[in-house]
This record gives sequence, structure tokens and C-alpha cells, in this order.
Amino acid sequence: MKLQQILFKLSVPVIAVALALLVGGILMLTSGYDPFEAYYALFSVLFTDSYFIGETIRQMTPLILSGLAVAFAFRTGLFNIGVEGQLLVGWLASVYVGIAVEGVPAFIHVPLAILAGALAGGLWGLVPGYLKARFKVHEVITTIMMNYVALHVTNSIIRSYLLAPGERTEEIQPSASLSSMFLQEITDFSRLHYGIVVAILAAILMWYILWKTTTGYELRAVGFNQHASDYAGINVSKNIVLSMVISGGFAGVAGAMEGLGTYQYMTINAAFTGVGFDGIAVALLGANSAIGIILAAALFGGLKIGALNMQAVAQVPPELITIVIALIIFFVASSYLVHWLRNRINKRGKI
Amino acid sequence: MDLMQILGIIIPTAIFAAAPLILTALGGVFSERSGVVNIGLEGLMMMGAFVGAVFTFYGETWGFGGASPWFSFVVAILLGAIFSLLHAVASITFRADQVVSGVALNFLAAGLTIFLVKKIFDAGQTPYLNERIFKSDVPILSDIPIIGPLLFGKAYVTSYVAIALAVVVWFVIYKTPFGLRLRSVGEHPMAADTMGINVTKMRYIAVMLSGAFAGLGGAVYATSISGNFTHSTIAGQGFMALAAMIFGKWHPLGALGAALFFGLAQSLSITGQQIPFLKEIPYVFLLISPYVLTILALAGFVGRADAPKAIGKPYEKGKR
Repeated sequence: MKLQQILFKLSVPVIAVALALLVGGILMLTSGYDPFEAYYALFSVLFTDSYFIGETIRQMTPLILSGLAVAFAFRTGLFNIGVEGQLLVGWLASVYVGIAVEGVPAFIHVPLAILAGALAGGLWGLVPGYLKARFKVHEVITTIMMNYVALHVTNSIIRSYLLAPGERTEEIQPSASLSSMFLQEITDFSRLHYGIVVAILAAILMWYILWKTTTGYELRAVGFNQHASDYAGINVSKNIVLSMVISGGFAGVAGAMEGLGTYQYMTINAAFTGVGFDGIAVALLGANSAIGIILAAALFGGLKIGALNMQAVAQVPPELITIVIALIIFFVASSYLVHWLRNRINKRGKI
Repeated sequence: MDLMQILGIIIPTAIFAAAPLILTALGGVFSERSGVVNIGLEGLMMMGAFVGAVFTFYGETWGFGGASPWFSFVVAILLGAIFSLLHAVASITFRADQVVSGVALNFLAAGLTIFLVKKIFDAGQTPYLNERIFKSDVPILSDIPIIGPLLFGKAYVTSYVAIALAVVVWFVIYKTPFGLRLRSVGEHPMAADTMGINVTKMRYIAVMLSGAFAGLGGAVYATSISGNFTHSTIAGQGFMALAAMIFGKWHPLGALGAALFFGLAQSLSITGQQIPFLKEIPYVFLLISPYVLTILALAGFVGRADAPKAIGKPYEKGKR
């Protein structure tokens, strides 16, 4: 890729983030906060304080995976809003395997629990995929509905079969845990765990499947043009189902990271975790590429964790960051505006 | 417990729980009929609930008394319409993906409402409201034997407003020139444009109407059901309204029926424990029934649901 092309690709997300932070700053100014103090508090700890660095990396882990899930489906032309639900069932399945399987060494138990999460998430993605392929039902609606089914069903299963004191399940066996005393100690006792390794491996896996295998070629072809793919002899239905299953699998692993890494158990959730919806923002900002998603997840993870320090120092409610993320989505989605402006400038003053 | 007693518990709660869903689903009908997907109903409803709680509270302090909720409804309608403009500008003018733009709207509402609540009240939630929409017997109608007490006794006025509005929306969409234009823009915008209908204008109006209705739905929720506004006041009702609209096949009266049915499912999941044979059914089945039914409806098992033809596609003039 030529340098100019790379720069142009970067221009939309960079401009979007800058504009969103600017609007966030104006909002702070009009509501009587000091935006400079707030942003300084937010960003400075992300580079200096080892606890905040550890927490940011921990926060990045599920964000990378849910971003990969959204992006993978997007490459096949599918919009998976169901990451949230797939994450919940993946979380439950991995925690269940983490509790129920006993007496196996960690190098078997951990992959087994992660695999259980991936399978459960994949199964949850299979339903909308099949309905789309077989009945042409729009996946956006079915995945939203499947989110709520997942929320109520996982809660009900925990309540009926796995309940421990405190509205949650038992803790998983130590052999299934991703947490690491070493990582916690070097980061001033943050909740950092080995999940980030899994997330980066998953990003490499996504890149490999999409760009280095025949299956990936077919998946992307279906995303570009279903009719042309069909004409070329590609089984469109099969690829739609496969894409949703793999996408759900990534989401399920995101849930497993919460269960095996951050919490060591699963709570009864009154509402969604929000990680799945954040994945849409991550995938969008990362332009559906593996490396872009890691960078976007680092940004959003950093914003979310830095917001806590922003609240402590400048008293700005951390919801400001939700607003900034929403604005980033708006501006990236409206990239037509950036293209339009670029064309205007090109026509008038040759830049 | 006899049948009348059981119905006496279920039906009023169903109608009560359905009102915000009906209103929001009607908003969804406007937007989607014009060809604009509105995943942002949830966020619009959240905004409405926030405005409903805040302005009812201010209405009380400004001495509006019992009229405070109604005052907040007017503000919620206006602000809902204005807030939905963001979705309209992004998805119609800047041709953003409509689903993405709707998701962004949900994020924005979740952040902005709580940000403002913390700014205004210095707490995570608004104070509880004194002036709310309370139960009352509808005069005359509640005296009808048998169905009177069931349908009109101890009921919330807002529920009847919602049901009446459903009929009004049906009339507007199917019996007026405006409605015909709205539907034609959602089915085949190029043909509509050729006939001199301003596609962009129609879609802007439709999205703003959806904002107004969802705002009202949220405000009704805050003033009749929750009684205040917190981060968890609106947790999925907007998506349930979206489901009701689809289950109702993008038709105002269908959406009304679906919303009432979902209200029934909700009320059963709350009151089911009091009713003999329902005690046997695990209540998780009642909780997930609206969503499962919507999926089944879309798959064609419970009647075919077809979306407007041009839904989700930005209209570009002159493009084939």
C-alpha cells in the first residue's frame, strides 16, 4: 500500500476521534468543568501509572475480541449486534467448565474452558446465521432478540443450578484461571491477566482466516457481492452461517476472558455488560482489520479506564466518555462528510 | 382463585405495562415505513424518560401540580424529535449506515442522560416524583358489567392515550396523502422522487416523528411505571418496542396488538406467581417469549413479516 493511501485510511478515524474529543471538551466547558484538567488527568495516567496501564490492558482484552466478532461478520456483509448475548453464553459455558471439570492440569483445563466459551458463542451465532441463510431473516433483528434470550436464560441457569452466595456462581478451579500473580504484582495489583495473549492470538487468527485461506476468500467474496459469489460457485448460505458461527465464537471467547480472567466467576446480570456494543464501535473505528481493532480497543480501553482518574481529579462524570465514544461512532459512520470535504478541497485548491 | 380474579390481575397490568411500548413502537412504524431503520428507539426512549422525570420534577417545583407530568410529555415530545435529528442527519444526509447511527444514538443517550442527571442533581438518579400518572376508574365505561372493571377500572389514562394514538397513526399512514407518500418513500424512493415527492424531507419528518413518539413513550414510562430516572430505568424497552413493531408487521394496529401482547407477557412474568397453573411454568419462558416470538414471526412460522422494500438504504438521487 502506498503511503498516501495509508494516510488517507487513517484520516477518517483520526479526524473522528479528534472531533469527538473536541465536542466532549466543549460539553465539559459548558457544564462548568475544566476540559484541559480533565483530559490531562485522563491521558497522563495511561502512560505513567502502572495500575492504570494494567487495567487498560485488561479492559482491552474483551474489547479486542468483541471487536473481532463484529468485524468478522461485517467482512461477510453481516451485522452482528448479538455479540452481547454470545458473550454472555460464552462466559457461562467457560465458567461452567472451569467449575465442573476437576483434576486436570492448567494446560488442558484453560484451553478447554476457552473452547467451551467459543462453542457456546458459536452456537448462539448459529441461530441468526441459519435464519438468515434459510429464511432471509435480517440478522440485526434476530441478534438483538437473541441478546435478551441469552440474558434471561443465563441468569435463570445460574439461579437454578449454579448459585453461590452473592448472586453469582462458585469460583472456577485454579487450574482454569487466567489470572496471574506476576502480572498483578508488576502492575500495582490491577486485575491484569493472561487474556490479552489470547486476544492477540485471536486477532492473528482472524487475519489468517480472512486473508490466507480459501474459506476466508469465500467469506469476503460473499461480503462484497452475494450474487457474484453465487455465480462463481460459492455456497452463499454456507458462508453466511459459517461467518456468524465464527463471529459468535470470538464473542464467546470474549465472555470466557471475563469469566476465567477478570472475575473468576459469573454474576447474575441485571443488564448487559456493554462490551458487545462497544465491540461495534471498536470494529468501526478499526476499519474491520485485525491491527485496527487492537489499536481501537487500546483507545477505548484507555478512555474507559482513564475516565476513572478523570472523575477523581476533575470531578467529571465518567459518562462523558460514553458520549465521546458515541460521537466517534457518529463521525466515523458519517465518513461521507470527510470524503465530501476532501473532494471540495481537492477541486478548489489542489491539496 | 376464580377466572375473573385472575383476569382482574393480568389484564390491567398488561395494558399498564404496554403503554410505553405502544407509543415507542408507533414511532418505529413511522421511521421504518419511510425506509430508515431505527435501532435508536432505545436511546430516544431513554432521552424521553430522562426528560419526563426531570421536567415533572421541575413542574412540581414551579407549581404545576397535577399537570406536571403532562407538561413533561410536551417537552419530551419536542426534545425527542430534536434528539432524533442526529440520527436523521447522519443516516439521511451523510448516508451513514442506519444501524450504526442508531447504535451511536443509544450510546449517546446513555451517556448524556446520566451525565446531565449527575450535573443537575449531584446524584446518580433523579428524585422520586410526587406528581405521577396514577390509577383511576374511567367514568361511565368502568360501570359496564364484567368487561368494565377489567378494561377500564383502576387504569392509567396514558394507556388509553397510547391506544387512541395507535388508531390515529393507522389513519394517518393508510388514509391520508401524507401517509401514502411516507409509505412510497420507504418502498421505492426513486419512483416517489419521480412523482415529485421530496424523499429527504419525508424521511426527516418520519425520523423526527419517531423521536417524538419514543420520547413520549419514555416519559410515560418514567411518570407512570418507574417514578424516577436512573441508568437502568430504560433497559431494553426500546428494543422490545422495536420487536413489537416487527411482530406487528410494520403496521400501527399490528404494533398495538403486539405491544399489548408483550405487555401481557411482562405482566405474567411479574404476577404469574400468584396464578395457579402458571406457577408451574418457569418464569424465564415468560421473560423470553416476546423475543422468541419475534424471531419466529420473522422466520415465517407465525405469519410472514416483510419489511418495507427500501429499508436500510440511503437514497442517492440519480443513482440506479
